[in-house]
Amino acid sequence: MDLSYSEKYAKFRDEVRAFISQHGHSAPPPLGGRAPGFDDLEWQRRLVEAGFVGRTVPKEYGGFGAMPDVMEKRIIGEEFSRAGVNQGLTNQGVLMLVPTLLAHGSEEQKHRWIRPSLLGQTLWCQGYSEPGAGSDLASLQTFAVEDGDDFIINGQKIWTSSAHFADMIFCLVRTEPDQPKHLGISYLIFPMHLPGIDVRPLKTMTGEAEFNEVFFTDVRVPKCEVVGQRGQGWIVANSTLKHERGSFGDPGMLAARYKRLEQLFEREAVSGRRLRNDPVLVDRLMQLQGQTLALQFNAMRVMTCDANEEDPGLAALITKLQACELTHQIQALGIDALGEIGLCYGEGEHVREEGFWQGRYMLDLGLIIGGGTEQIQRNIIAERGLGMPREPKLAGR
Amino acid sequence: MRFGLSEEQRMLCDAVSKALAKHVPLERVKSHAKGTAPASDDLWAAVVDAGIPSVLVPAEHGGLGLGLLEAALVAEMLGRYVAPVQFIGTAVLAPLALQLAGSKQQKSEWLGRLATGDARLGVAICEAAGTGRDGAEVRNSGNVLYGKSLFVLDSTGADAFVVADSAGGLHLVDATAPGVELIDVSTIDVTRFVAELRLAGVRSEPLCSGNASHAITRMIEAAWVMFAADTLGAAQRMIELAVNYSAERVQFGRPIGTFQAVKHMCATMAAALEPCRALIWYAAYAQDQSFDDASLTAAHAKAQLAEVGRMVARTSVQVHGGIGITDELGLHFWFKRIGFGRQIYGGPEEVRRFAARLQGMLADSNLGGVDRTTMKRGICG
Repeated sequence: MDLSYSEKYAKFRDEVRAFISQHGHSAPPPLGGRAPGFDDLEWQRRLVEAGFVGRTVPKEYGGFGAMPDVMEKRIIGEEFSRAGVNQGLTNQGVLMLVPTLLAHGSEEQKHRWIRPSLLGQTLWCQGYSEPGAGSDLASLQTFAVEDGDDFIINGQKIWTSSAHFADMIFCLVRTEPDQPKHLGISYLIFPMHLPGIDVRPLKTMTGEAEFNEVFFTDVRVPKCEVVGQRGQGWIVANSTLKHERGSFGDPGMLAARYKRLEQLFEREAVSGRRLRNDPVLVDRLMQLQGQTLALQFNAMRVMTCDANEEDPGLAALITKLQACELTHQIQALGIDALGEIGLCYGEGEHVREEGFWQGRYMLDLGLIIGGGTEQIQRNIIAERGLGMPREPKLAGR
Repeated sequence: MRFGLSEEQRMLCDAVSKALAKHVPLERVKSHAKGTAPASDDLWAAVVDAGIPSVLVPAEHGGLGLGLLEAALVAEMLGRYVAPVQFIGTAVLAPLALQLAGSKQQKSEWLGRLATGDARLGVAICEAAGTGRDGAEVRNSGNVLYGKSLFVLDSTGADAFVVADSAGGLHLVDATAPGVELIDVSTIDVTRFVAELRLAGVRSEPLCSGNASHAITRMIEAAWVMFAADTLGAAQRMIELAVNYSAERVQFGRPIGTFQAVKHMCATMAAALEPCRALIWYAAYAQDQSFDDASLTAAHAKAQLAEVGRMVARTSVQVHGGIGITDELGLHFWFKRIGFGRQIYGGPEEVRRFAARLQGMLADSNLGGVDRTTMKRGICG
């Protein structure tokens, strides 16, 4: 154990702090689910230029070209969180498409798409899940049939956030119907404005349409838009899913979520008694603080393993399951601590923090289900982490 | 920055694990429980041979001079093997008490002998942890002690006791002094050595002339981290035993480990326990480095392992099915060891109350069940 930072990193931290104190005032508030506006794109450009976004993306593709360094990444995250400054776009393009193209894209694809995606000029959505293909994603039934130099695509995607304003989609389609299900899929990229694409908003229990359904009817896409090899889409997609899962392991995010709950306990009072003095509620708060600390330290352990190219094993496999569960419980206690006031939602005099506690509670339930459900996570932990035997396949499949 | 164990620390773990695997097989734990173990103190000799009592003793007194992080790794291994040997009292809390509060002469009198295992000290500070019950309290009147202390750690074979009095003083009490009475306390966990110490006007040797509250606080926090680590090791073993059993046990024509219901029980245990490892490493290291959050993380380590430990203990037994509750299988030794670690020196609610108070919460007066001692410790710590 050595939790101090060497001179090199202390200096780097100073650089990050200097940038934040010089430019932080011009940072727009976090985007949420909206399409980025002028201010958001300007801030993103500045972050890419300074090397705080796309830091390890090679210069030739529009990145900063730094060597991967877990500590630098952590310091950037810590300093921006501490200052409460927007860390740039966290959309599917930046988080998922760019790493995927870097790993599997052709030179032409990398040169064409990485720079505008990083800058937020090209916005992406992810076409993976289908009504009939959720946890069993590889059973997807959106078909791409060859027609000369093109594929003709027919099918339906669901849970496609940002589809209503995205320029492009990275999409899993079945190109080899004769192959076993995992081997018949290709990873295809194409514009969302093509004829035959219909986007319909999908309103959830929060009252907002955070997602969409996307329908494809005879959509024509050139075959050269496949990323990686044809029929290898499952492997390409899994590298993207890995990036998605990794985003749950941010210790700064967990600390911030807990901190907000603690502030609620400071601020709110019931019949004149502040929540921080209520022994029953405080006991629950302390349980969540203990779990938050454990997951924060676990994330530091995983980062150390990553930095030293050691396998973090179980410590990494449990992150999504535990972090989603914990953040959901943090929201639940926020609601409970507010009592009847916790019911207030939407507009009104009594609603707190614009309905954050109820809103996130419902949204977080979606995170428990999305990106590999809690039950799928437990299968992964048991089989890959503990080496338990796989379930026998059903006969005839 | 490096958040993880060093090569030396991993080697220490391996060495202790090997020694315990050799000397403390389940059969040895069973014979200890039945009282049919060899009369000679063979386990203590093996533990001494592995250097276990010398971990925290400074090198100038012949010890290894290591920190609480290394002690936590040893505690984890002792929990893993449900080893019926003295450790947290005589090898962690007693050396800490001597180093933090002892005179030069007391240090040279005891530390060297603790390291070689030639002497053992019991530790009677349970009431100072804020858990005094049944009228237990030690009063000091001019270094003559009256009263009783419960759950004295490592009481069996102790040459003397480190005793906390009700005014924040620390004392050494010779086990053979007139007026000392030691009564075994029978608990669920037969792998621990706990007793009630009765003091009927016993002349003590004070460990420091004045108030030793700071030392007592450090001892209790160290104990929290040690019991958390002990539970980590025991719970880790219970998960492994459940996973192994589920791979062998066949029902409905297939190993039960292929059923998702069983798999998810095991995954739930592992997912809850794994982050605890990092929490304990940090809490131990924070004590060694006197970080600002050392007290807070020690409390959370104790409370968190109490909760996760209990869940793992019952779930592992359930994965084993009926055989899990038999005496013959012996899984109950781990179950009970974890149960002991949960209650001793404050159950999770008690410890979380301390954590809340550290952060200025629960400041209202007239709260039922508020523990004044804990409050005092929070301030002096």
